[in-house]
Amino acid sequence: MKARITITLKPGVLDPQGKAIAGALHALGFGLVGNVRQGKYIEVEVEESDPTRARAEIERMCEQLLANTIIENYAYELEAA
Amino acid sequence: MKASVIVFPGSNCDRDAAVALEAATGHPPAMVWHGDSEVPASDLIVLPGGFSYGDYLRSGAMAAHSPVMREVVARARAGTPVLGICNGFQVLTEAGLLPGVLMRNATLKFICKDVHLRVERNDTRFAGRYQKGDVIRLPIAHKDGLYFADAATLARLEGEGRVAFRYCERGGEVTAFANPNGSAHNIAGIYNETGTVLGLMPHPERLADAALSGTDGAKMFLSLVETLH
Repeated sequence: MKARITITLKPGVLDPQGKAIAGALHALGFGLVGNVRQGKYIEVEVEESDPTRARAEIERMCEQLLANTIIENYAYELEAA
Repeated sequence: MKASVIVFPGSNCDRDAAVALEAATGHPPAMVWHGDSEVPASDLIVLPGGFSYGDYLRSGAMAAHSPVMREVVARARAGTPVLGICNGFQVLTEAGLLPGVLMRNATLKFICKDVHLRVERNDTRFAGRYQKGDVIRLPIAHKDGLYFADAATLARLEGEGRVAFRYCERGGEVTAFANPNGSAHNIAGIYNETGTVLGLMPHPERLADAALSGTDGAKMFLSLVETLH
């Protein structure tokens, strides 16, 4: 199966890169742009066809390495590879 | 004092750390490759600065899970002093030996300059040669040095006196202007609960020889020698 993992900064955690992106969008004339938050997107293929087991594996990966849960949240979707 | 310096792929201050350690102890430290699972008997383990694993994913994240770190974490938990400098500080937070995290500088820029630091305590193995309240000068060279922790963690660090060094003015005032990277509470370095693990972003090993225009960093290594035989 394949997991599409999204890692985002927790609310309230300073995101100067998001601010810089918002500033650049404003400079380009995108006047409707409000707050911008930047995150990461990671695809991981796992050799596991059982969704329950695959989810458990992906969550362990996120907790141990892919996200730093002090500052980041993670979410993911599973699909057949 | 027997010291070991852990070398990760991308470490670039490991040699400087070795030179500073040899100057203080009289003999060269053991250099331990990240893939090793054994660390020689050591009175001190140093995690040097650099860009371990190219800073992929997050600074220090990959190094924190390299084979040698299992042993480093075990030694640290058993009381062996561990010093993490710059990238080494990032590795210590990612490995869970120190709380909080080092994030991208508020300026988004790599900053390479000397800064002034206020010594917040000197009753540790790392700081005996300083006086509490001393203002010292050390270089910083990082892009991910903004120290962040949640409010409860910061309150605990402050309450337990675990802030080691703060960015300050030349005269010692802790101001927003003196904060180069946006760190919470101007924090440049912190201790673990027992004062045996120190992580700091500034580089003591880069100002440890008069030929380099300063020796404020050497005092840290001399402090360690005094307390670790």
